[in-house]
Amino acid sequence: MIRGAVQVAMVVAIAVLVLLLGLPLLALLVRVPSGSLLSRLSDPVIQEALRLSLFTSLVSTLIVVLLGTPVAYLLATRTFPGKPILETVIDLPMVLPPTVAGLALLLAFGRAGLAGRALSALGITIPFTTAAVVVAQVFMSVPFFLTSARAGFAGVPRSLTDAAATLRASESYAFFRVVLPLSMPALVAGASMSCARALGEFGATITFAGNLPGITQTMPLAVYVAFQTDLEASIVLSVILMLLSFLLLVGLRATPAGLAGRRPTAPRLVSTISR
Amino acid sequence: MKRWILTALLLATPAAANNPPATATIFAAASLSDVFREAGRQVTKRAGYTYRFHFAGSQQLAAQLEQGAPADIFAAADDRWMSYANEHNLIDGTAHNFARNRLVVITPVSNPGRVDKLEDLARSGVKVLMGTEGVPAGRYARQALSNLSKGTDFGRRVLSNVVSQEDNVKSIVTKVQLGEADAGFVYVTDVSPSMRGRVRAIAIPESSNVIADYPIALAHGAANPEAAKAFMDYLLSTDGQALLARYGFLSAGNATP
Repeated sequence: MIRGAVQVAMVVAIAVLVLLLGLPLLALLVRVPSGSLLSRLSDPVIQEALRLSLFTSLVSTLIVVLLGTPVAYLLATRTFPGKPILETVIDLPMVLPPTVAGLALLLAFGRAGLAGRALSALGITIPFTTAAVVVAQVFMSVPFFLTSARAGFAGVPRSLTDAAATLRASESYAFFRVVLPLSMPALVAGASMSCARALGEFGATITFAGNLPGITQTMPLAVYVAFQTDLEASIVLSVILMLLSFLLLVGLRATPAGLAGRRPTAPRLVSTISR
Repeated sequence: MKRWILTALLLATPAAANNPPATATIFAAASLSDVFREAGRQVTKRAGYTYRFHFAGSQQLAAQLEQGAPADIFAAADDRWMSYANEHNLIDGTAHNFARNRLVVITPVSNPGRVDKLEDLARSGVKVLMGTEGVPAGRYARQALSNLSKGTDFGRRVLSNVVSQEDNVKSIVTKVQLGEADAGFVYVTDVSPSMRGRVRAIAIPESSNVIADYPIALAHGAANPEAAKAFMDYLLSTDGQALLARYGFLSAGNATP
């Protein structure tokens, strides 16, 4: 009886969620004017936005991985005073409305902002540049990587690192030869999520970096501007962006690291934890 | 049990308690935000109707109306989006022009770009903000620039200094006020009394300036046409026109019905 109720609840929940998530995507797809997808792709404005989006989200993902990996490892393996505060600060961008993030970035790194004044004195201005797009993307996407990477590091059995230590492996040797390979699926998953988030970044970007074709107008901004003047162009752009994100997430599952999760060895343990 | 829930729901719904004044939803261009809020307070005081405002770029409002957003009034910052709304059956009856506006160039008080006159906008490295081509303020700015150019490359040089095309005029005011940009094209009315200490205005000569007409109309399928009409009547009345003038708008002139 209870088992039946659970089953019904699951089916209903799945149906509702599939409808809620799937229907809007379907609605976009059916509204695409036939044959216009490819012709729009040759539009220089769209090409520019596409190129800028791919470039900035790759750069920001690289920065996220380089800065995020040591931080995630630190959070997973050490305790220190103020750690809960640090964790909260790092998680904040996930729940912060992106426009608030953009305003905060402007007040911090803007020309007249807290740190911006010093940067300005050095001749560096960030707002309204491609660098500002990357900063906004890093700000918004780094928590996604950290969450996943941290779970990955935490999931490496302590016995393995202890064993490495008894064999007199240095911490860095153990990190690169034991911890890193075992956490790779979680790192790749985190990097992909973070890249997808960067690709879709809108609110912080338009507030902090502005909107100028070729410099700061990424795909989401181009979709927004087109929505106000040319609905058809906006639909086509949306579908292109959606396909890109879809490919990114599918690609994540097909990577060797993603496949590693299916092997019945240690990585499996890691990837279950990270999910 | 069921009846109990129903009663609770009814009690929780304010509309069921007693007949509250009708609330009309007003979709209006961002540049109207200050004056419309005050106009709403005035009409509430006089007629008891209340108003809910949604301010955004005219082009965005038109797009939202087209997608079925519920509204009682549509007020745009140019004829283009009102005609668009008319052609797409988004409004009922005819649109009336109730005010006019002009453009002005603003700079931060600190004036980091040393922009003191319009010619300075063309100096290389000056960071200029302007609306997108879709937003009326952006279109007017481009028109004014071409008027100012008089055959020179002034307009082209200013356009190459544009660091961002903003989607509504208020975000230009904010970013200039913060000192992030050196100058921006906004409406005269954006330099409101509270803004005067934060931005400086550089006038655009009458001969080159663009006059923006503000049309207003009843949205198609308005749920509260009475409340909407009361608001529109107020704007066109002597008191309403005086209020608009106080906020820096020009009178609609002979365009009033």
